[in-house]
Amino acid sequence: MPDQLIFAMEVFLNGLMAGVLYALVALGFVLIYKASGIFNYAQGVMALFAAMTLVGVMNGQVPFAHLINATFGTHVYTFGWSVPALVAIIVTMGVMVLLAWAVQRFVMRHLVGQEPIILFMATIGLAYFLEGFADLMWGSEIKTLNVGLPQGINLWIDESTFNIFGYGFFIDNLDIVATVIAALLVAALVAFSQYTKQGRAMRAVADDHQAALSVGISLNFIWIMVWSVAGFVALVAGIMWGTKSGVQFSLSLIALKALPVLMLGGFTSIPGAIVGGLIIGVGEKLFEFSIGPLVGGATENWFAYVLALIFLVFRPQGLFGEKIIERV
Amino acid sequence: MFYREAGDFKTSYTDDSQTFPIKFDRYRYYVVLAVAFGIVPFIINDYWANALLLPFLIYAIAAIGLNILVGYCGQVSLGTGGFMAVGAYACYKLMTAFPDVSMFIHVLLAGGVTAIVGVLFGLPSLRIKGFYLAVATLAAQFFLVWLFNRVPWFYNYSASGQINAPERDVFGIIITGPNAPAWATYLFCLIFLALCAVLARNLTRGTTGRTWMAIRDMDIAAEIIGVNPLKAKLTAFAVSSFFIGIAGALFFAVYLGAVEVGEVFGIQKSFLVLFMIIIGGLGSIFGSFAGAAFLVLLPVVLKVVGADMLGWPTDIVAHLQLVIVGALIIMFLILEPHGLAQLWRVAKEKLRLWPFPH
Repeated sequence: MPDQLIFAMEVFLNGLMAGVLYALVALGFVLIYKASGIFNYAQGVMALFAAMTLVGVMNGQVPFAHLINATFGTHVYTFGWSVPALVAIIVTMGVMVLLAWAVQRFVMRHLVGQEPIILFMATIGLAYFLEGFADLMWGSEIKTLNVGLPQGINLWIDESTFNIFGYGFFIDNLDIVATVIAALLVAALVAFSQYTKQGRAMRAVADDHQAALSVGISLNFIWIMVWSVAGFVALVAGIMWGTKSGVQFSLSLIALKALPVLMLGGFTSIPGAIVGGLIIGVGEKLFEFSIGPLVGGATENWFAYVLALIFLVFRPQGLFGEKIIERV
Repeated sequence: MFYREAGDFKTSYTDDSQTFPIKFDRYRYYVVLAVAFGIVPFIINDYWANALLLPFLIYAIAAIGLNILVGYCGQVSLGTGGFMAVGAYACYKLMTAFPDVSMFIHVLLAGGVTAIVGVLFGLPSLRIKGFYLAVATLAAQFFLVWLFNRVPWFYNYSASGQINAPERDVFGIIITGPNAPAWATYLFCLIFLALCAVLARNLTRGTTGRTWMAIRDMDIAAEIIGVNPLKAKLTAFAVSSFFIGIAGALFFAVYLGAVEVGEVFGIQKSFLVLFMIIIGGLGSIFGSFAGAAFLVLLPVVLKVVGADMLGWPTDIVAHLQLVIVGALIIMFLILEPHGLAQLWRVAKEKLRLWPFPH
């Protein structure tokens, strides 16, 4: 087999893995959009906030340490303990539920019935707020996150591909773990929305707010629940990305990576988010591999958007999105 | 007491359909123009020009441009930063290629180039709507920034990859470069802002503006009553990009002087201008001014209060600024979705009846 083809295969596999991570972020968007019609731009910042909180709790940092020190002239930084990863994850999940409640109570409740674009802009405001808030709370320096996930090259794949092709593929263990977790997460979410009472209520709300209200479903509760689930997805995404590249501001930019995934897959479809993620992941890696060197590289910044744009011109609602019906 | 329509009789259609039908409004407008053109240039210094006035003037142009697209035509765009970059680079290429031509012409041409690029990226809007379009305009943002970063022709093969504005003049007065006097740069931007505002105001109340608003309110209904969506959407993209291109050219050539594209014209800039028109008021020229003024002033005020008066470290002030901007946007959307312009309108209504409201 020619070398180029083998390299392309490796790029393809890595693209698949990257795509899973994109899909993980996109999932959070889809959940909220389906249940409340809100396009939640803050999803990426929620992942950042979750990851920062997780690191902060694990290291026993004092929240708002910088602010306290600046105001009162004290020098407190840490509580001096460290928390096991599992406990910290549970605490962080609690914080995310609290956040979901606050968002619902102070923002979304006042905006019920507004145009979608107003809601979208409110979530941009929320993103800014949360970003500043997270920095104030935990400090803005780059942190490392280690919850005990395996990292580094997968030797088994390296060896077995070496035996077949005479060239060992480099695949990160973390990516494999991420893929497994993403698959589990999707299965759990689908099971939750199909087979539990709350999941059914969630779908009813997504279908028609007023009809759902009239059969006695509490919109308030459902929305808090949806934002909590989105917070949970954000936490998982935050752990994956945070372990991969450190907890820092750029983590919130993965939201921008997830947008073309959503466009491609359709805003309303969970399978769409997965398939879209895989297409984008593979597409941008292969494009960078084949065309990138000819045009100066770093095509990953825009390729996904242009691909999604071209795609949308032919199918405006995305791959799996509900058909857009327009009436006067 | 003083803000009245009573006694202000119109005797011709021209009088009746002028921009400021109320006499008091009209005089206020003349006074503002007189102060801006006649007084400010004499008392301006470098600090005021660079910290407040120039950014305000330039952002106001960009905000008017974006407001035409988002507020009047209803096509949400997140590509403002990219289009500003087109204006800046077009201006740079023109400045370096034709050093003897007046800066006025360069800036206008830069706007023209941006308009063409804007129409190109506006084409998908005929198929794609709503959020899908907003995300699609991000393609313009990322692609354009990447293009200016990677293709050396755009930055004249300079080693740093930056573009630097050479010294250029208008009628013998230096406008760009480090030696430009504050009053000259201020007046140069002010002239563009005044022209853009008058143009935008008159476009939006004429046929073109009405077709834009018809498309915004319901595009299918508009199509049925005979509005051509192709023409309406593309003219909105063209006019909007023209203004944004002018703003980008001024931002680079007059205000900053040197630009690294990813830093200056990144996605943050797109959001900043979008926030300006949300806070100012969608679909209002005055709102564009108010929003630009607000978001230019806010960081300066926060810095003065937080860092200089209270003595907090600058990073905390920067984070607080994010929190406050975010909270303000949410508050505005909840309390007054139509922005500062609506507050102004309400205030004027109240003033009409003051001091004897019925």
